[in-house]
Amino acid sequence: MNAPSEGYITPDGRKIGGVLMEMKNITLRFGGVVAIKDISFDIREGEIRAIIGPNGAGKSSMLNVISGFYIPTEGEVWFKGRKRGPMKPYEVARLGIARTFQNIALFDGMSVLDNILTGRLTLMKSGLLSQAFWYGAAAKEEDEHREKVEKIIDFLEIQNIRKTPVGRLPYGLKKRVELARALAAEPRILLLDEPMAGMNVEEKEDMCRFILDVNDEFGTTIALIEHDMGVVMDLSDRVVVMDYGRKIGDGTPDEVRNNQDVIDAYLGVAHG
Amino acid sequence: MMPDQLLYALEVTLNGLMAGVMYSLVALGFVLIFKASGIFNYAQGVLALFAALTLVGLQNGQIPFAHLINAALGTNLHHFGWKLPALVAIALTALVMVGLAILIEKLVLKHLVNQAPIILFMATIGLAYFLEGLGDVMWGADIKKLDVGLPQGISETVESVTDAWLGYGFFIDRLDIVATFVAILLVTALTLFSQYSKQGRALRAVADDHQAALSVGISLRFIWVLVWSIAGFVALVAGIMWGAKSGVQFSLSLIALKALPVLMLGGFTSIPGAIVGGLIIGVGEKLFEFFAGPMIGGATENWFAYVLALLFLVFRPQGLFGEKIIERV
Ligand SMILES: Nc1ncnc2c1ncn2[C@@H]1O[C@H](COP(=O)(O)OP(=O)(O)OP(=O)(O)O)[C@@H](O)[C@H]1O
Ligand SMILES: [Mg+2]
Repeated sequence: MNAPSEGYITPDGRKIGGVLMEMKNITLRFGGVVAIKDISFDIREGEIRAIIGPNGAGKSSMLNVISGFYIPTEGEVWFKGRKRGPMKPYEVARLGIARTFQNIALFDGMSVLDNILTGRLTLMKSGLLSQAFWYGAAAKEEDEHREKVEKIIDFLEIQNIRKTPVGRLPYGLKKRVELARALAAEPRILLLDEPMAGMNVEEKEDMCRFILDVNDEFGTTIALIEHDMGVVMDLSDRVVVMDYGRKIGDGTPDEVRNNQDVIDAYLGVAHG
Repeated sequence: MMPDQLLYALEVTLNGLMAGVMYSLVALGFVLIFKASGIFNYAQGVLALFAALTLVGLQNGQIPFAHLINAALGTNLHHFGWKLPALVAIALTALVMVGLAILIEKLVLKHLVNQAPIILFMATIGLAYFLEGLGDVMWGADIKKLDVGLPQGISETVESVTDAWLGYGFFIDRLDIVATFVAILLVTALTLFSQYSKQGRALRAVADDHQAALSVGISLRFIWVLVWSIAGFVALVAGIMWGAKSGVQFSLSLIALKALPVLMLGGFTSIPGAIVGGLIIGVGEKLFEFFAGPMIGGATENWFAYVLALLFLVFRPQGLFGEKIIERV
């Protein structure tokens, strides 16, 4: 499907805006391995965009390109209508692009609360000197940040583990804390690498609900990678399908489901 | 034991605690860098020497690189002819240490990102020799007296008070008392900084997980500079204390050798560990010398710390407070 440039209305009546991020002819090589081969697609304001594909298709690599962890060998990344130069991951984060990781990257030694607060570092203003000399202002700012964090904690229903060191949490809750930390940055785009992998059915349902609520309540644009086809079809507005580093499909869940290349790729590969 | 001997042992313990504070200070510098970057900074001792040399040089208005300039141009420069107040000189030296941290990041660390720890360790060995040479060339290789106005000599107050209370006057060096207070102040400041400031929080994040830190917008390079600056400042404090005690000379850099057993005891990643470890080694050293020294011919202070640390390694490899190291397989 080619969405009109000014946006579109989803079947469930949500209004999707113009292009927020655009990948143009992205290629990524690691030595001889071509992880991404000449892929282009866009992500629209307010949209839930999924990237799917068999193992090793290059999905995580794509997310890493968007978040600046990988520099594409060829191609351009456009954000808010402007071409983005080669950037470090922390610079991308400061643009308002937050992410989670397939293998979870949390601060294990810190409490849940501290982990989520760390997500707000880019939004904290007070510098070293002002903190030392204008203690009052810094304390007030800290309070505001804590308030915002408490809202996210309530939102994701993790009040009862606020003070727990993250290292002690079970897998499913870690994934939720990671989402909370990304949300704390109040991002323009939220990138989620397999947010439901390794979860039981109940946890998956919770996570689905959170993702939909985030999108609905904060209007956050979301790009996510997911293996579970059912989940993808329920969640996403548009889907990019990758296989062996190439894009083999792009459109609404229905369009993608009926695409012969996609069907072949999925039938030809065993999944875990 | 005779009460007199008990009191004497108590005095030895107190002196040991004070000496331990010095060890803790040096070990603290190591821990800061190791925690944030996984680098074992061999140059920490030389950093203290370099800081002390720079402080003395600035304070006395020495012209840096004077020997080099004289040799090249046939001039006869020595001093600018001014003396700086101690506090001004200390502040300037702190700035020099920040500059040094920036240079180390730009010229060394930046190029070694993602290298194995052993490579980074080797780089710090190189750095140690370089800084040692640089210190010599900039400020001269002679032994210097460091005087920033810290009180010296045996504290008469302590002596008379303990004499009045216990009938036995303790001999405690005034400088050691000051060093203790300074160390407490420094550790408190560092703790507040790391717990409550934005940069401190970023520092803890980097120490915990680099990838996660990047994803929340923390610049690792900024953190390297920050942590080396802090380590440089801690080295300056250690350099001032040791320098005031025994002069500024090459042997000052060897205090790092005392820090190693402290780290083995306290764990490489624990700030409380560095402090408690330093105190244990300081006290252990002095008490062992006091009780066992006379029986086995003295000079035990040279090796006792290492034996104690080795015993610890056998029974608790991660140190007192260090995190347990579990290999993933
Ligand atoms: N840092 C890297 N260095 C070398 N090769 C890499 C690197 N990252 C990814 N690759 C390779 O790129 C290809 C795509 O990997 P990627 O992780 O993007 O796949 P994926 O679609 O996320 O797979 P999965 O579903 O298993 O997570 C693989 O062949 C992988 O080995
Ligand atoms: Mg992946």
